[in-house]
Amino acid sequence: MSTELLQQIAETNRWGAIYPELALGILALALLALEAVLPKFAHGLIPRISILGQSILLGYILLFDRSGCCSGEAFGGMLSFDGTGQAFRILFLATSIFVSYLAMVSLEKREFPRIEYCHILLVVSGALMLLAQSNHFVMFFVALETATVGFYVLVSYYRTSYLSLEAGLKYLVMGALSSAILLFGIVLLYGAGSNPALEGSSADPLNFSNLYIFLVANPTDMMAIIGMLLVISGIAFKIGAFPFQIWVPDVYQGAPIPTTALLAVGSKAAGFAMLINMVEVFEPLKAWMYPLLSGIVALTILFGNLAALTQRNLKRVIGMSGVSHAGFLGMGVLASTQVEWATNAVVFYLFAYMLASMAVFAVMAHLPKNDDAELTIDDLSELSKKNGFLGFALAVGVGSLAGIPPLAGFIGKLLIFVAAFQAELYGLLAVGIIGVVISIYYYFGIIKSAFFEAWTFKDEELEEENPGVPGETLQLFGKLAIVVAVTGTIILGFWQGPIGTWIAG
Amino acid sequence: MNDHASLVQFSIAIPLVAAFLTMFVKGWGRPAIQIVSVTGFAIPAILALILWGVYSPETAGGYAFVSDMETGLSVIGVSLHLGLNGVALPLFVMAAIVGLAAGLYAAQSNAENLHRYLACLLIMQGGLMGVFASIDVFFFYFFHELALIPTFIMIGVWGGRDRSYAAMKMTIYLTLGAMLSLIGLIAIYVKSGANSFDLITLKAALAEQPLAESVQNYAFGLLLFGFGILVSLWPLHTWAPLGYGAAPSSASMLHAGVLKKFGLYGFVQVAVPLLPDGVAQWENWIVWLALGNVLIVGFIAMAQRDLKQLIGYSSVMHMGYAFLGIAAMSVLGVGGVVLMMVAHGLTVALLFMLATMIHHRTHTFEMEEMGGLAQKAPVLSAFFVCAMMASIGLPGPGLANFWGELSIFLAVYEFNPSLIFAVVAGIVISAIYGLRSIAAVFFGKESDDFLEVQKEHAVVDMGWHERVPALILIITLFFIGFFPKTVTTGINDALKSEAVYSQTAAATPAHDHEH
Repeated sequence: MSTELLQQIAETNRWGAIYPELALGILALALLALEAVLPKFAHGLIPRISILGQSILLGYILLFDRSGCCSGEAFGGMLSFDGTGQAFRILFLATSIFVSYLAMVSLEKREFPRIEYCHILLVVSGALMLLAQSNHFVMFFVALETATVGFYVLVSYYRTSYLSLEAGLKYLVMGALSSAILLFGIVLLYGAGSNPALEGSSADPLNFSNLYIFLVANPTDMMAIIGMLLVISGIAFKIGAFPFQIWVPDVYQGAPIPTTALLAVGSKAAGFAMLINMVEVFEPLKAWMYPLLSGIVALTILFGNLAALTQRNLKRVIGMSGVSHAGFLGMGVLASTQVEWATNAVVFYLFAYMLASMAVFAVMAHLPKNDDAELTIDDLSELSKKNGFLGFALAVGVGSLAGIPPLAGFIGKLLIFVAAFQAELYGLLAVGIIGVVISIYYYFGIIKSAFFEAWTFKDEELEEENPGVPGETLQLFGKLAIVVAVTGTIILGFWQGPIGTWIAG
Repeated sequence: MNDHASLVQFSIAIPLVAAFLTMFVKGWGRPAIQIVSVTGFAIPAILALILWGVYSPETAGGYAFVSDMETGLSVIGVSLHLGLNGVALPLFVMAAIVGLAAGLYAAQSNAENLHRYLACLLIMQGGLMGVFASIDVFFFYFFHELALIPTFIMIGVWGGRDRSYAAMKMTIYLTLGAMLSLIGLIAIYVKSGANSFDLITLKAALAEQPLAESVQNYAFGLLLFGFGILVSLWPLHTWAPLGYGAAPSSASMLHAGVLKKFGLYGFVQVAVPLLPDGVAQWENWIVWLALGNVLIVGFIAMAQRDLKQLIGYSSVMHMGYAFLGIAAMSVLGVGGVVLMMVAHGLTVALLFMLATMIHHRTHTFEMEEMGGLAQKAPVLSAFFVCAMMASIGLPGPGLANFWGELSIFLAVYEFNPSLIFAVVAGIVISAIYGLRSIAAVFFGKESDDFLEVQKEHAVVDMGWHERVPALILIITLFFIGFFPKTVTTGINDALKSEAVYSQTAAATPAHDHEH
């Protein structure tokens, strides 16, 4: 490698442009340092400091840097900044704050160390942000693996619970497999794109722009097509799309609640950030890619909803419903190939999904049962009577997931449906409607358990081990997080204001 | 005229604000909750009556009290565009009046968690006011859903027998209907190319360049079955009697009386004017399915032993007339449908309320276990007889229903004379089950079961707390019956401005039948 290239790369290093990621990294290190410095009794403050630091960063971005301070490529084409990337940054940061809060609540219940968790969480979030803005397969893969390795730890964090360990092992095996598939795809693309015999080849075909130029010149190159197929498969694993959703139920169930939330929202959103980029890069291969994606989307919606019907375990229900959400989001991504604003609609859907999921997970974290892997729908029974606040939060969250107006989830679905109609995806729309109607059944089951009084069999002996009251662990600080998620969901359902203008582009 | 636009906004916002407030005043005890919620129902009713008073027919055809507000969905051409025209105004007023009656009645109920019960009802009321005041098709749909969600919750939490099953069945059916109609509306929006969900803009755009016939065809198909499920079109009606049977009475009143009119209103204002070719394609379907409503559901209603189920089925049956009137596609027929929607809304709400009052006295809905109630509760029986006669459409107490149905029958006769036999058979059927129910509940000998009940609970007649809400409804019915012109002039003017309806020749205006 010549020094000129290094020089050239160094000139494009714009450290200021990645200040959010750097800030998260510094905060992560600061947490570890604080643990060493602070006396033991003050350790409880550290997760709060983490949340505070992230909130300041989020506040700064929302106030002064909403549309992204920088645009264009940086770091020798490794990263590329745009408005969508900035929106994903905000999404990941908000997710990270909610997850930190969930970790504070549920890890405290089980008496597991929280500082390490917060540390890893920050690193994962930073990696997800970089992933969303990557413009080069090397950056893409490194960021992805940074996040995934962090996930391996977070999933098996309850090291005394065999379900958590099992989940960790499954996620490790499946994650490694998907990384291998993805890497193989990248290598094939590299091989195809750097073949000097072909038109449009370049020395650096892993750069998205170079690869695009190559694919435009060679839209029928078999090696590139197989590479595309494998890369999409690797991404499908991240978003839990059919047929790569098999890991979802077990891993979601076994993982601690905050990790499940991070997988359901952060990991899925990252997958869609990747997919949005990839759909643009692989656009020349649309003859192969669109049918492939359409098939995946249709099957994902149907499978996710049908599989959720029979689940009783709360995290499994949410997991399978997340699979179907991946299908709806995929419909939006497909529409974005024809309709420009559909990308923003996907981002909006992700925000709505994030707020709703966080409300539901927060309610789950405050249920009295200690082992959160065994929470079932029956554990919600009479929640509204025992704690009206949590009941209301659950109703809003579940309602928004189901796409019921006037909540944010409905607006998200509406935007995606309109975009899909404009893109003439009629078949997928039909599948989408069927999916929505099926989903009502299991979402309704959750609401029924929490709100409708039912005659239940009361075992005298079981009564003795008092399960406690839901929401005992609820503090003012925790209420604030739930209030934010719930009011955000309601307000975005009525009034989208500047966000709506942003969607229009 | 636009000076009063804010009154429309207030009548939507006030119930929603009141719903929010009930959560805060719950600590101050029952009276505080009752005052807040009754105020939330009363103010929209007063505002609606003021609007009715100042609405002048000269502006008919167009919309009065118009206001427009951006909410952020400009990307798909949505804005909160409110206003009322001659068709919307009577329904808007009817919604406010039925809401007031339902609210007054609900405020006295002994439901557990009264503040939540009333909050749900208030949210419903806010949505209902919004449905008829929306010019924007998206918000029209949106407000409908806003009103629908509390219904499910109210059935599930405060409902009667089979509430869980009823609530789930209703939710699934109505979600399917809502999704189908949503896609139909999206189809109109995308294919019109007007980049607007605004009804006025859409109408103008489609008048200039109508949609291709194939598009109209499938869009109307989607709306027919989407709205059809919501209006309980046969054979997709089974959720309705079940749901109304299980729902608490105030929820039944608002849903059967007002919310169900959303679908019909959607046909009258949106589907038919925007997709005239689509209607022509589906006309036979509408007629046959509507006959299913009138005859098959009519026979099912005759077989009912349960009073609340009977009222539920009778309400489904009457939707058949409405569909027939729409299929006729004339000012006369559709004007009759709108008048019938108003009258039927008031009647069915009254019937559901009276049925619950009967239940308080007999502790059953089984008609075989009642009998002879007229001796113990003559006022109640007078009210019920009036309401049931109105429902059948007999002139007298049911004058308002009578005018509506008569216009529909005339229009149907012009449209297809052979249909008139089925329609007349429907009248006979409803007379049979209506009069039989009056006889079973109020006259004859008291059944043994009823005597048993009386030993424990002495039967008292209607008190003023029950009479007031019933009187509100019945006075409105009489008013419309004797002065139909106050309502029909606006309806006719609005409908005549629609090319679809006024094209039909020899349409005699409904208000000619005034006496």
